[in-house]
Amino acid sequence: MAIRQISVFVPNQNGSLEKLVNILAEAQVDMRAMAIADTMEFGILRMIVKGHDKACEALREAGYLVSQNEVTAVEIPDQPGGLANVVSILAGRGVNIEYTYAFMTRSHGHACVVFRVEDNELVENILAQNGISCLKHGGNDEAPW
Amino acid sequence: MENRYYQPEIETMSHEDMQKLQSEKLVKQVRHIYDHVPYYRAKMEKKGVTPDDIHGIEDLHKLPFITKDDLRDQYPKGFLAVDQSKCVRIQSTSGTTGRRVVAFYTQHDVDLWEDCCARAIMAVGGTNEDVCQVAYGYGLFTGGPGLNGGSHKVGCLTLPMSSGNTERQIQFMMDLGATILCCTPSYAAYLGESLKERGYKPEDNKLKAGIFGAEPWTEEMRRDIEKSLGIKAYDIYGLTEISGPGVSFECTAQAGMHINEDHFLAEIIDPDTEEVLPEGEKGELVFTCLDKEAFPMLRYRTRDICVLTREKCSCGRTLVRMKKPMGRSDDMLIIRGVNVFPSQIETVLLQEGYAPNYFIEVDRVNNTDTLDIYVELTEDQFSDTVKAVTAAEKALANAIKTMLGINPAVHLVAPKTIARSEGKAVRVKDKRKLHD
Repeated sequence: MAIRQISVFVPNQNGSLEKLVNILAEAQVDMRAMAIADTMEFGILRMIVKGHDKACEALREAGYLVSQNEVTAVEIPDQPGGLANVVSILAGRGVNIEYTYAFMTRSHGHACVVFRVEDNELVENILAQNGISCLKHGGNDEAPW
Repeated sequence: MENRYYQPEIETMSHEDMQKLQSEKLVKQVRHIYDHVPYYRAKMEKKGVTPDDIHGIEDLHKLPFITKDDLRDQYPKGFLAVDQSKCVRIQSTSGTTGRRVVAFYTQHDVDLWEDCCARAIMAVGGTNEDVCQVAYGYGLFTGGPGLNGGSHKVGCLTLPMSSGNTERQIQFMMDLGATILCCTPSYAAYLGESLKERGYKPEDNKLKAGIFGAEPWTEEMRRDIEKSLGIKAYDIYGLTEISGPGVSFECTAQAGMHINEDHFLAEIIDPDTEEVLPEGEKGELVFTCLDKEAFPMLRYRTRDICVLTREKCSCGRTLVRMKKPMGRSDDMLIIRGVNVFPSQIETVLLQEGYAPNYFIEVDRVNNTDTLDIYVELTEDQFSDTVKAVTAAEKALANAIKTMLGINPAVHLVAPKTIARSEGKAVRVKDKRKLHD
Protein backbone atom coordinates (compact mmCIF):
# COMPACT_ATOMS: atom_id res chain seq x y z
CA MET A 1 0.00 0.00 0.00
CA ALA A 2 1.45 3.29 -1.08
CA ILE A 3 1.33 6.52 0.83
CA ARG A 4 -1.33 9.16 0.48
CA GLN A 5 -0.14 12.59 -0.57
CA ILE A 6 -2.01 15.88 -0.71
CA SER A 7 -1.18 18.50 -3.35
CA VAL A 8 -2.45 22.06 -3.11
CA PHE A 9 -2.44 24.80 -5.75
CA VAL A 10 -0.93 27.94 -4.20
CA PRO A 11 -0.59 31.35 -5.84
CA ASN A 12 3.02 32.52 -5.95
CA GLN A 13 2.58 35.58 -3.78
CA ASN A 14 3.35 36.98 -0.36
CA GLY A 15 1.54 35.35 2.50
CA SER A 16 0.15 32.31 0.66
CA LEU A 17 2.19 29.77 2.56
CA GLU A 18 1.42 31.42 5.86
CA LYS A 19 -2.30 31.30 5.17
CA LEU A 20 -2.19 27.67 4.14
CA VAL A 21 -0.15 26.36 7.08
CA ASN A 22 -2.32 28.27 9.51
CA ILE A 23 -5.39 26.51 8.14
CA LEU A 24 -3.66 23.18 8.75
CA ALA A 25 -2.60 24.27 12.22
CA GLU A 26 -6.15 25.22 13.07
CA ALA A 27 -7.38 21.86 11.81
CA GLN A 28 -4.84 20.14 14.10
CA VAL A 29 -3.10 18.52 11.16
CA ASP A 30 0.43 17.30 11.76
CA MET A 31 2.61 17.76 8.66
CA ARG A 32 5.14 14.99 8.31
CA ALA A 33 6.73 15.89 4.99
CA MET A 34 6.42 18.76 2.58
CA ALA A 35 7.83 19.89 -0.74
CA ILE A 36 6.96 22.77 -3.04
CA ALA A 37 7.23 22.87 -6.81
CA ASP A 38 7.16 26.47 -7.91
CA THR A 39 6.80 28.39 -11.15
CA MET A 40 6.71 32.12 -11.77
CA GLU A 41 2.99 32.23 -11.13
CA PHE A 42 2.01 29.41 -8.86
CA GLY A 43 3.30 26.66 -6.67
CA ILE A 44 2.14 23.16 -5.92
CA LEU A 45 2.64 22.26 -2.31
CA ARG A 46 2.81 18.53 -1.73
CA MET A 47 2.63 17.04 1.69
CA ILE A 48 2.17 13.93 3.71
CA VAL A 49 0.27 14.47 6.91
CA LYS A 50 -1.22 12.85 9.92
CA GLY A 51 -4.91 13.61 9.49
CA HIS A 52 -5.16 13.28 5.71
CA ASP A 53 -8.93 13.54 5.39
CA LYS A 54 -9.41 16.46 7.74
CA ALA A 55 -6.53 18.28 6.02
CA CYS A 56 -8.23 17.89 2.62
CA GLU A 57 -11.54 18.98 4.07
CA ALA A 58 -10.12 22.07 5.78
CA LEU A 59 -8.25 23.14 2.66
CA ARG A 60 -11.25 22.66 0.37
CA GLU A 61 -13.41 24.51 2.87
CA ALA A 62 -10.96 27.42 2.62
CA GLY A 63 -11.34 27.37 -1.18
CA TYR A 64 -8.10 25.63 -2.18
CA LEU A 65 -7.77 23.27 -5.09
CA VAL A 66 -6.75 19.95 -3.63
CA SER A 67 -5.55 16.85 -5.38
CA GLN A 68 -4.89 13.49 -3.72
CA ASN A 69 -2.66 10.77 -5.03
CA GLU A 70 -0.39 8.00 -3.89
CA VAL A 71 3.38 7.99 -3.74
CA THR A 72 6.03 5.48 -2.78
CA ALA A 73 8.14 6.21 0.30
CA VAL A 74 11.34 4.40 1.17
CA GLU A 75 13.47 4.53 4.28
CA ILE A 76 17.14 4.58 3.39
CA PRO A 77 20.29 4.57 5.52
CA ASP A 78 21.51 8.08 6.27
CA GLN A 79 24.90 7.67 4.64
CA PRO A 80 26.68 8.51 1.33
CA GLY A 81 25.33 6.40 -1.50
CA GLY A 82 22.10 5.54 0.29
CA LEU A 83 19.87 7.29 -2.26
CA ALA A 84 22.11 6.43 -5.23
CA ASN A 85 21.54 2.74 -4.57
CA VAL A 86 17.72 3.03 -4.69
CA VAL A 87 17.66 5.32 -7.72
CA SER A 88 20.06 3.04 -9.61
CA ILE A 89 17.80 0.06 -9.01
CA LEU A 90 14.80 1.97 -10.36
CA ALA A 91 16.74 3.39 -13.32
CA GLY A 92 17.95 -0.09 -14.14
CA ARG A 93 14.33 -1.20 -14.46
CA GLY A 94 13.36 1.80 -16.57
CA VAL A 95 11.19 3.44 -13.92
CA ASN A 96 10.54 7.11 -14.62
CA ILE A 97 10.58 9.30 -11.51
CA GLU A 98 8.29 12.28 -11.93
CA TYR A 99 9.64 13.99 -8.81
CA THR A 100 11.13 13.12 -5.48
CA TYR A 101 11.71 14.71 -2.12
CA ALA A 102 13.42 13.65 1.05
CA PHE A 103 13.26 14.34 4.76
CA MET A 104 14.58 13.00 8.04
CA THR A 105 12.46 10.61 10.02
CA ARG A 106 12.13 10.18 13.74
CA SER A 107 13.96 6.90 13.64
CA HIS A 108 17.62 7.70 14.08
CA GLY A 109 20.04 7.04 11.27
CA HIS A 110 17.49 6.93 8.48
CA ALA A 111 16.27 9.31 5.85
CA CYS A 112 12.99 8.95 4.05
CA VAL A 113 12.58 9.52 0.33
CA VAL A 114 9.29 9.97 -1.51
CA PHE A 115 9.03 8.97 -5.16
CA ARG A 116 6.25 9.98 -7.49
CA VAL A 117 6.05 7.23 -10.08
CA GLU A 118 3.47 5.97 -12.53
CA ASP A 119 2.94 2.57 -10.89
CA ASN A 120 3.50 2.40 -7.14
CA GLU A 121 2.87 -1.31 -6.94
CA LEU A 122 5.44 -2.12 -9.60
CA VAL A 123 8.07 0.01 -7.84
CA GLU A 124 7.32 -1.58 -4.49
CA ASN A 125 7.80 -5.00 -6.05
CA ILE A 126 11.08 -4.00 -7.70
CA LEU A 127 12.40 -2.63 -4.43
CA ALA A 128 11.18 -5.66 -2.48
CA GLN A 129 13.09 -7.92 -4.88
CA ASN A 130 16.18 -5.92 -3.89
CA GLY A 131 15.50 -6.27 -0.20
CA ILE A 132 14.20 -2.71 0.24
CA SER A 133 10.83 -2.34 1.89
CA CYS A 134 8.53 0.61 1.44
CA LEU A 135 6.75 2.54 4.12
CA LYS A 136 3.08 1.80 4.61
CA HIS A 137 0.33 4.20 5.38
CA GLY A 138 -1.31 3.52 8.72
CA GLY A 139 -5.05 3.85 9.30
CA ASN A 140 -7.03 6.68 7.81
CA ASP A 141 -5.72 9.27 10.20
CA GLU A 142 -2.24 7.91 10.67
CA ALA A 143 1.00 8.90 8.99
CA PRO A 144 3.51 6.19 8.03
CA TRP A 145 6.10 7.36 10.51
CA MET B 1 -46.77 26.18 -22.59
CA GLU B 2 -49.66 28.43 -23.45
CA ASN B 3 -48.47 31.72 -24.94
CA ARG B 4 -49.51 34.74 -22.97
CA TYR B 5 -49.11 38.32 -23.98
CA TYR B 6 -49.16 41.49 -21.94
CA GLN B 7 -50.50 43.60 -24.80
CA PRO B 8 -51.70 41.08 -27.40
CA GLU B 9 -53.15 43.71 -29.74
CA ILE B 10 -49.64 45.13 -30.18
CA GLU B 11 -47.54 42.01 -29.79
CA THR B 12 -49.47 40.08 -32.45
CA MET B 13 -50.37 43.00 -34.72
CA SER B 14 -50.03 42.46 -38.46
CA HIS B 15 -46.92 43.91 -40.08
CA GLU B 16 -49.01 46.32 -42.19
CA ASP B 17 -50.84 47.68 -39.16
CA MET B 18 -47.57 47.99 -37.27
CA GLN B 19 -45.99 49.99 -40.08
CA LYS B 20 -49.01 52.27 -40.17
CA LEU B 21 -48.81 52.78 -36.40
CA GLN B 22 -45.06 53.41 -36.58
CA SER B 23 -45.47 55.92 -39.38
CA GLU B 24 -48.12 57.90 -37.50
CA LYS B 25 -45.97 57.97 -34.39
CA LEU B 26 -42.75 58.83 -36.23
CA VAL B 27 -44.22 61.93 -37.86
CA LYS B 28 -45.24 63.28 -34.45
CA GLN B 29 -42.00 62.26 -32.78
CA VAL B 30 -39.85 64.05 -35.35
CA ARG B 31 -41.94 67.20 -35.02
CA HIS B 32 -41.63 67.05 -31.23
CA ILE B 33 -37.84 66.83 -31.32
CA TYR B 34 -37.45 69.43 -34.03
CA ASP B 35 -39.49 71.84 -31.95
CA HIS B 36 -37.80 71.13 -28.62
CA VAL B 37 -34.20 69.99 -29.13
CA PRO B 38 -32.19 72.78 -30.80
CA TYR B 39 -29.14 70.55 -31.15
CA TYR B 40 -31.02 67.98 -33.25
CA ARG B 41 -32.89 70.67 -35.14
CA ALA B 42 -29.51 72.04 -36.20
CA LYS B 43 -28.45 68.58 -37.32
CA MET B 44 -31.60 68.27 -39.43
CA GLU B 45 -31.10 71.70 -40.92
CA LYS B 46 -27.55 70.82 -41.81
CA LYS B 47 -28.89 67.80 -43.69
CA GLY B 48 -31.60 69.91 -45.27
CA VAL B 49 -34.47 67.98 -43.69
CA THR B 50 -37.53 69.42 -41.99
CA PRO B 51 -40.40 67.59 -40.27
CA ASP B 52 -42.44 68.24 -43.44
CA ASP B 53 -40.19 65.80 -45.29
CA ILE B 54 -41.09 62.97 -42.92
CA HIS B 55 -44.38 61.35 -43.96
CA GLY B 56 -43.79 57.90 -42.53
CA ILE B 57 -41.19 55.26 -41.79
CA GLU B 58 -40.17 55.20 -45.45
CA ASP B 59 -38.58 58.61 -44.83
CA LEU B 60 -36.60 57.50 -41.79
CA HIS B 61 -33.35 57.30 -43.74
CA LYS B 62 -33.47 61.05 -44.34
CA LEU B 63 -32.90 61.79 -40.65
CA PRO B 64 -29.44 62.36 -39.16
CA PHE B 65 -27.97 59.86 -36.70
CA ILE B 66 -27.36 60.46 -33.02
CA THR B 67 -24.22 58.94 -31.54
CA LYS B 68 -22.91 58.52 -28.03
CA ASP B 69 -20.55 61.42 -28.79
CA ASP B 70 -23.57 63.66 -29.39
CA LEU B 71 -24.94 62.64 -26.02
CA ARG B 72 -21.64 63.32 -24.29
CA ASP B 73 -21.45 66.65 -26.01
CA GLN B 74 -24.94 67.59 -24.88
CA TYR B 75 -24.52 66.29 -21.32
CA PRO B 76 -26.55 66.67 -19.21
CA LYS B 77 -29.69 68.32 -20.61
CA GLY B 78 -29.06 69.04 -24.28
CA PHE B 79 -31.48 66.38 -25.48
CA LEU B 80 -34.19 67.10 -22.93
CA ALA B 81 -37.32 67.61 -25.06
CA VAL B 82 -39.87 68.67 -22.44
CA ASP B 83 -39.91 71.15 -19.60
CA GLN B 84 -38.07 69.66 -16.67
CA SER B 85 -41.18 70.08 -14.51
CA LYS B 86 -42.83 67.30 -16.57
CA CYS B 87 -40.01 64.86 -15.79
CA VAL B 88 -40.32 62.44 -12.89
CA ARG B 89 -37.06 60.49 -13.06
CA ILE B 90 -33.58 60.21 -14.46
CA GLN B 91 -31.54 57.07 -15.08
CA SER B 92 -27.91 56.98 -16.05
CA THR B 93 -25.38 54.75 -17.77
CA SER B 94 -22.45 53.27 -15.91
CA GLY B 95 -20.06 55.47 -17.86
CA THR B 96 -17.75 52.55 -18.57
CA THR B 97 -17.06 53.82 -22.09
CA GLY B 98 -16.63 57.44 -21.17
CA ARG B 99 -18.83 60.17 -19.86
CA ARG B 100 -22.14 59.23 -18.36
CA VAL B 101 -25.39 59.63 -20.24
CA VAL B 102 -28.30 60.98 -18.24
CA ALA B 103 -31.73 59.99 -19.58
CA PHE B 104 -34.89 61.82 -18.49
CA TYR B 105 -38.36 60.27 -18.15
CA THR B 106 -41.84 61.68 -17.87
CA GLN B 107 -44.48 59.46 -16.24
CA HIS B 108 -45.58 58.49 -19.78
CA ASP B 109 -42.00 57.42 -20.57
CA VAL B 110 -41.73 55.37 -17.38
CA ASP B 111 -45.06 53.69 -18.17
CA LEU B 112 -44.15 52.67 -21.68
CA TRP B 113 -40.79 51.35 -20.49
CA GLU B 114 -42.43 49.32 -17.73
CA ASP B 115 -44.97 47.99 -20.25
CA CYS B 116 -42.05 46.72 -22.31
CA CYS B 117 -40.60 44.95 -19.26
CA ALA B 118 -44.02 43.50 -18.45
CA ARG B 119 -44.17 42.06 -21.98
CA ALA B 120 -40.75 40.49 -21.34
CA ILE B 121 -41.88 38.89 -18.08
CA MET B 122 -45.10 37.48 -19.55
CA ALA B 123 -43.16 36.21 -22.56
CA VAL B 124 -41.21 33.85 -20.29
CA GLY B 125 -44.43 32.60 -18.67
CA GLY B 126 -44.74 35.16 -15.89
CA THR B 127 -48.16 35.73 -14.27
CA ASN B 128 -49.50 37.29 -11.09
CA GLU B 129 -48.82 33.94 -9.40
CA ASP B 130 -45.08 34.44 -9.77
CA VAL B 131 -42.49 35.66 -7.30
CA CYS B 132 -40.05 37.82 -9.22
CA GLN B 133 -36.61 38.35 -7.68
CA VAL B 134 -35.03 41.46 -9.18
CA ALA B 135 -31.28 41.26 -8.53
CA TYR B 136 -30.26 43.92 -11.00
CA GLY B 137 -28.89 47.06 -9.39
CA TYR B 138 -31.46 49.62 -8.32
CA GLY B 139 -30.69 53.29 -8.58
CA LEU B 140 -29.23 55.04 -11.60
CA PHE B 141 -28.80 51.74 -13.45
CA THR B 142 -31.93 50.91 -15.46
CA GLY B 143 -31.87 47.16 -14.75
CA GLY B 144 -33.48 47.18 -11.31
CA PRO B 145 -36.11 49.90 -11.84
CA GLY B 146 -37.13 48.56 -15.27
CA LEU B 147 -37.77 44.96 -14.26
CA ASN B 148 -39.23 46.12 -10.95
CA GLY B 149 -41.82 48.18 -12.83
CA GLY B 150 -42.54 45.38 -15.28
CA SER B 151 -42.98 42.90 -12.46
CA HIS B 152 -45.51 45.23 -10.78
CA LYS B 153 -47.46 45.58 -14.02
CA VAL B 154 -47.70 41.82 -14.44
CA GLY B 155 -48.74 41.57 -10.80
CA CYS B 156 -45.89 39.35 -9.63
CA LEU B 157 -44.85 39.48 -6.02
CA THR B 158 -41.72 41.55 -6.54
CA LEU B 159 -38.57 41.03 -4.46
CA PRO B 160 -36.64 44.28 -4.95
CA MET B 161 -33.29 42.77 -3.95
CA SER B 162 -30.97 44.96 -6.02
CA SER B 163 -27.54 43.52 -6.80
CA GLY B 164 -25.02 41.97 -4.46
CA ASN B 165 -25.30 40.49 -0.97
CA THR B 166 -25.38 36.94 -2.24
CA GLU B 167 -26.17 35.50 1.18
CA ARG B 168 -29.38 37.52 1.34
CA GLN B 169 -30.26 36.79 -2.31
CA ILE B 170 -30.14 33.07 -1.57
CA GLN B 171 -32.09 33.41 1.66
CA PHE B 172 -34.95 35.31 -0.01
CA MET B 173 -34.86 33.08 -3.09
CA MET B 174 -35.35 30.01 -0.90
CA ASP B 175 -37.57 31.35 1.87
CA LEU B 176 -39.98 33.24 -0.42
CA GLY B 177 -39.87 30.73 -3.25
CA ALA B 178 -38.76 33.02 -6.05
CA THR B 179 -39.90 31.68 -9.44
CA ILE B 180 -38.38 34.26 -11.79
CA LEU B 181 -34.88 35.69 -11.40
CA CYS B 182 -33.79 38.92 -13.10
CA CYS B 183 -30.09 39.89 -13.05
CA THR B 184 -26.97 40.01 -15.17
CA PRO B 185 -25.97 36.63 -16.64
CA SER B 186 -22.62 36.72 -14.84
CA TYR B 187 -24.39 37.21 -11.53
CA ALA B 188 -26.84 34.41 -12.37
CA ALA B 189 -23.86 32.11 -12.99
CA TYR B 190 -22.35 33.25 -9.70
CA LEU B 191 -25.60 32.58 -7.82
CA GLY B 192 -25.68 29.09 -9.36
CA GLU B 193 -22.13 28.52 -8.17
CA SER B 194 -22.94 29.87 -4.69
CA LEU B 195 -26.04 27.67 -4.34
CA LYS B 196 -24.00 24.62 -5.24
CA GLU B 197 -21.34 25.56 -2.69
CA ARG B 198 -23.99 25.70 -0.02
CA GLY B 199 -25.10 22.22 -0.90
CA TYR B 200 -28.27 23.11 -2.85
CA LYS B 201 -29.19 21.08 -5.90
CA PRO B 202 -30.81 22.80 -8.93
CA GLU B 203 -34.18 21.22 -8.02
CA ASP B 204 -34.08 22.68 -4.51
CA ASN B 205 -35.12 26.15 -5.69
CA LYS B 206 -38.53 27.10 -7.13
CA LEU B 207 -37.12 29.16 -9.99
CA LYS B 208 -38.53 28.40 -13.43
CA ALA B 209 -37.17 31.23 -15.54
CA GLY B 210 -34.49 33.86 -15.55
CA ILE B 211 -34.38 37.15 -17.45
CA PHE B 212 -30.76 38.05 -17.94
CA GLY B 213 -29.22 40.99 -19.73
CA ALA B 214 -27.10 44.14 -19.55
CA GLU B 215 -23.97 42.37 -20.72
CA PRO B 216 -23.00 40.05 -23.55
CA TRP B 217 -23.29 36.33 -22.90
CA THR B 218 -23.07 33.22 -24.99
CA GLU B 219 -25.31 30.24 -25.73
CA GLU B 220 -22.86 28.07 -23.79
CA MET B 221 -23.23 30.34 -20.77
CA ARG B 222 -27.01 30.10 -21.15
CA ARG B 223 -26.87 26.31 -20.96
CA ASP B 224 -24.51 26.54 -18.01
CA ILE B 225 -26.88 28.81 -16.08
CA GLU B 226 -29.93 26.73 -17.03
CA LYS B 227 -28.22 23.65 -15.65
CA SER B 228 -26.91 25.17 -12.44
CA LEU B 229 -30.19 26.88 -11.51
CA GLY B 230 -32.57 24.35 -13.06
CA ILE B 231 -34.37 27.02 -15.10
CA LYS B 232 -34.93 28.36 -18.59
CA ALA B 233 -32.69 31.37 -19.14
CA TYR B 234 -33.92 34.22 -21.35
CA ASP B 235 -32.17 37.18 -22.81
CA ILE B 236 -33.33 40.75 -22.50
CA TYR B 237 -31.87 43.73 -24.26
CA GLY B 238 -31.99 47.43 -23.74
CA LEU B 239 -30.06 50.59 -23.29
CA THR B 240 -30.52 53.62 -21.12
CA GLU B 241 -30.43 55.95 -24.10
CA ILE B 242 -33.57 54.33 -25.53
CA SER B 243 -35.30 53.51 -22.19
CA GLY B 244 -33.62 50.60 -20.44
CA PRO B 245 -34.11 46.82 -20.42
CA GLY B 246 -37.06 45.66 -22.47
CA VAL B 247 -36.21 47.38 -25.74
CA SER B 248 -36.30 43.77 -26.86
CA PHE B 249 -36.91 40.48 -25.06
CA GLU B 250 -36.79 36.78 -25.64
CA CYS B 251 -39.89 34.59 -25.65
CA THR B 252 -40.05 30.88 -24.78
CA ALA B 253 -38.88 30.03 -28.31
CA GLN B 254 -35.41 31.28 -27.25
CA ALA B 255 -34.81 32.30 -30.83
CA GLY B 256 -33.83 35.92 -30.74
CA MET B 257 -35.34 38.92 -29.00
CA HIS B 258 -38.62 40.55 -30.06
CA ILE B 259 -38.16 44.29 -30.40
CA ASN B 260 -40.94 46.41 -28.94
CA GLU B 261 -41.20 48.10 -32.30
CA ASP B 262 -44.37 50.00 -31.55
CA HIS B 263 -42.09 52.15 -29.36
CA PHE B 264 -38.62 51.59 -30.80
CA LEU B 265 -38.08 51.36 -34.53
CA ALA B 266 -35.02 49.30 -35.47
CA GLU B 267 -32.69 49.59 -38.43
CA ILE B 268 -29.46 47.83 -39.32
CA ILE B 269 -26.79 49.95 -40.97
CA ASP B 270 -23.31 49.47 -42.29
CA PRO B 271 -21.25 51.09 -39.51
CA ASP B 272 -18.76 52.53 -42.01
CA THR B 273 -20.95 53.80 -44.85
CA GLU B 274 -24.04 54.38 -42.63
CA GLU B 275 -26.11 52.85 -45.40
CA VAL B 276 -29.28 51.01 -44.33
CA LEU B 277 -28.96 47.26 -44.83
CA PRO B 278 -31.78 44.88 -45.78
CA GLU B 279 -33.35 42.43 -43.32
CA GLY B 280 -31.07 39.52 -42.49
CA GLU B 281 -27.81 41.37 -43.00
CA LYS B 282 -25.33 41.89 -40.21
CA GLY B 283 -24.61 45.44 -39.18
CA GLU B 284 -24.96 48.05 -36.50
CA LEU B 285 -28.29 48.31 -34.74
CA VAL B 286 -29.92 51.74 -34.79
CA PHE B 287 -33.01 52.72 -32.79
CA THR B 288 -35.55 55.46 -33.27
CA CYS B 289 -37.94 56.18 -30.42
CA LEU B 290 -41.50 56.59 -31.62
CA ASP B 291 -43.44 57.97 -28.69
CA LYS B 292 -41.13 59.18 -25.97
CA GLU B 293 -41.55 62.59 -24.42
CA ALA B 294 -38.51 63.58 -22.35
CA PHE B 295 -35.55 61.95 -24.03
CA PRO B 296 -36.50 60.82 -27.52
CA MET B 297 -33.65 59.47 -29.61
CA LEU B 298 -33.86 59.46 -33.38
CA ARG B 299 -31.62 57.03 -35.25
CA TYR B 300 -29.44 56.38 -32.22
CA ARG B 301 -26.39 54.27 -33.10
CA THR B 302 -26.09 51.53 -30.48
CA ARG B 303 -22.68 50.18 -31.60
CA ASP B 304 -24.16 46.72 -31.20
CA ILE B 305 -23.57 44.51 -34.19
CA CYS B 306 -26.51 42.25 -34.94
CA VAL B 307 -29.06 40.88 -37.39
CA LEU B 308 -32.84 41.37 -37.64
CA THR B 309 -35.39 38.83 -38.81
CA ARG B 310 -39.09 38.95 -39.57
CA GLU B 311 -39.44 35.20 -39.83
CA LYS B 312 -42.54 33.90 -38.09
CA CYS B 313 -41.95 33.09 -34.42
CA SER B 314 -43.61 30.06 -32.81
CA CYS B 315 -44.77 32.21 -29.88
CA GLY B 316 -47.22 34.05 -32.13
CA ARG B 317 -45.64 37.47 -31.70
CA THR B 318 -45.22 39.42 -34.89
CA LEU B 319 -42.69 41.83 -33.41
CA VAL B 320 -39.43 41.82 -35.37
CA ARG B 321 -36.65 39.82 -33.74
CA MET B 322 -32.99 40.71 -33.27
CA LYS B 323 -30.32 38.10 -32.78
CA LYS B 324 -28.12 38.34 -29.73
CA PRO B 325 -25.58 41.08 -30.51
CA MET B 326 -22.40 39.54 -31.86
CA GLY B 327 -20.31 42.12 -30.10
CA ARG B 328 -20.12 45.82 -29.76
CA SER B 329 -18.24 47.75 -32.31
CA ASP B 330 -16.62 49.58 -29.40
CA ASP B 331 -15.56 46.64 -27.18
CA MET B 332 -14.14 44.71 -30.04
CA LEU B 333 -10.40 44.32 -29.59
CA ILE B 334 -8.07 44.34 -32.53
CA ILE B 335 -5.11 42.22 -31.51
CA ARG B 336 -2.32 41.70 -33.98
CA GLY B 337 -4.74 42.81 -36.65
CA VAL B 338 -7.35 40.25 -35.64
CA ASN B 339 -10.81 41.22 -34.43
CA VAL B 340 -11.44 39.66 -31.05
CA PHE B 341 -14.67 39.67 -29.11
CA PRO B 342 -14.39 38.65 -25.44
CA SER B 343 -17.50 36.51 -25.92
CA GLN B 344 -15.52 34.27 -28.29
CA ILE B 345 -13.02 33.55 -25.54
CA GLU B 346 -15.86 32.85 -23.14
CA THR B 347 -17.30 30.34 -25.59
CA VAL B 348 -14.02 28.42 -25.67
CA LEU B 349 -13.71 28.42 -21.88
CA LEU B 350 -17.12 26.85 -21.45
CA GLN B 351 -16.44 24.31 -24.18
CA GLU B 352 -13.21 23.32 -22.46
CA GLY B 353 -14.86 22.85 -19.07
CA TYR B 354 -13.81 26.07 -17.36
CA ALA B 355 -16.02 28.52 -15.49
CA PRO B 356 -16.86 31.71 -17.43
CA ASN B 357 -14.72 33.76 -15.06
CA TYR B 358 -11.85 35.23 -16.94
CA PHE B 359 -9.80 38.36 -17.35
CA ILE B 360 -8.21 39.50 -20.57
CA GLU B 361 -5.18 41.76 -20.61
CA VAL B 362 -3.96 43.22 -23.87
CA ASP B 363 -0.65 45.02 -24.08
CA ARG B 364 1.93 45.99 -26.64
CA VAL B 365 5.51 44.94 -26.07
CA ASN B 366 8.19 45.81 -28.66
CA ASN B 367 5.46 46.78 -31.13
CA THR B 368 3.80 43.40 -30.84
CA ASP B 369 0.44 42.93 -29.22
CA THR B 370 0.27 40.51 -26.33
CA LEU B 371 -2.87 38.73 -25.20
CA ASP B 372 -2.90 37.33 -21.69
CA ILE B 373 -5.93 35.43 -20.48
CA TYR B 374 -6.39 34.63 -16.80
CA VAL B 375 -8.72 31.73 -16.07
CA GLU B 376 -9.62 29.95 -12.89
CA LEU B 377 -8.34 26.43 -12.56
CA THR B 378 -10.85 23.76 -11.59
CA GLU B 379 -10.26 20.61 -9.57
CA ASP B 380 -10.70 18.47 -12.69
CA GLN B 381 -7.69 20.04 -14.32
CA PHE B 382 -5.47 20.08 -11.23
CA SER B 383 -3.19 17.27 -10.12
CA ASP B 384 0.05 17.05 -8.18
CA THR B 385 2.37 17.98 -11.05
CA VAL B 386 3.34 21.31 -12.60
CA LYS B 387 3.37 19.47 -15.91
CA ALA B 388 -0.38 18.85 -15.74
CA VAL B 389 -1.15 22.52 -15.08
CA THR B 390 1.10 23.74 -17.89
CA ALA B 391 -0.40 21.11 -20.20
CA ALA B 392 -3.89 22.40 -19.34
CA GLU B 393 -2.73 25.96 -20.03
CA LYS B 394 -1.33 24.91 -23.36
CA ALA B 395 -4.45 22.98 -24.36
CA LEU B 396 -6.63 25.97 -23.55
CA ALA B 397 -4.29 28.32 -25.40
CA ASN B 398 -4.52 26.05 -28.45
CA ALA B 399 -8.32 25.95 -28.30
CA ILE B 400 -8.43 29.76 -28.10
CA LYS B 401 -5.98 30.01 -30.96
CA THR B 402 -8.23 27.83 -33.06
CA MET B 403 -11.13 30.18 -32.37
CA LEU B 404 -9.35 33.52 -32.70
CA GLY B 405 -6.42 32.80 -34.96
CA ILE B 406 -3.96 34.31 -32.54
CA ASN B 407 -1.94 32.68 -29.81
CA PRO B 408 -2.72 33.85 -26.27
CA ALA B 409 -0.76 33.30 -23.08
CA VAL B 410 -3.11 31.44 -20.75
CA HIS B 411 -2.57 31.71 -17.01
CA LEU B 412 -4.46 29.33 -14.79
CA VAL B 413 -5.04 30.88 -11.40
CA ALA B 414 -6.54 29.76 -8.10
CA PRO B 415 -10.35 29.61 -7.78
CA LYS B 416 -12.11 32.78 -6.64
CA THR B 417 -9.15 34.99 -7.46
CA ILE B 418 -10.77 36.67 -10.46
CA ALA B 419 -13.08 39.35 -9.14
CA ARG B 420 -16.77 38.51 -9.50
CA SER B 421 -18.74 41.48 -10.59
CA GLU B 422 -22.13 42.06 -9.11
CA GLY B 423 -23.07 44.38 -11.92
CA LYS B 424 -21.41 44.46 -15.32
CA ALA B 425 -18.43 42.16 -15.51
CA VAL B 426 -15.21 43.96 -16.34
CA ARG B 427 -13.31 41.36 -18.28
CA VAL B 428 -10.88 43.28 -20.43
CA LYS B 429 -7.98 45.56 -19.72
CA ASP B 430 -6.40 47.05 -22.80
CA LYS B 431 -3.10 48.56 -21.69
CA ARG B 432 -2.07 49.59 -25.20
CA LYS B 433 -2.02 53.21 -26.17
CA LEU B 434 -3.81 53.06 -29.49
CA HIS B 435 -4.85 56.70 -29.65
CA ASP B 436 -3.18 59.97 -28.79
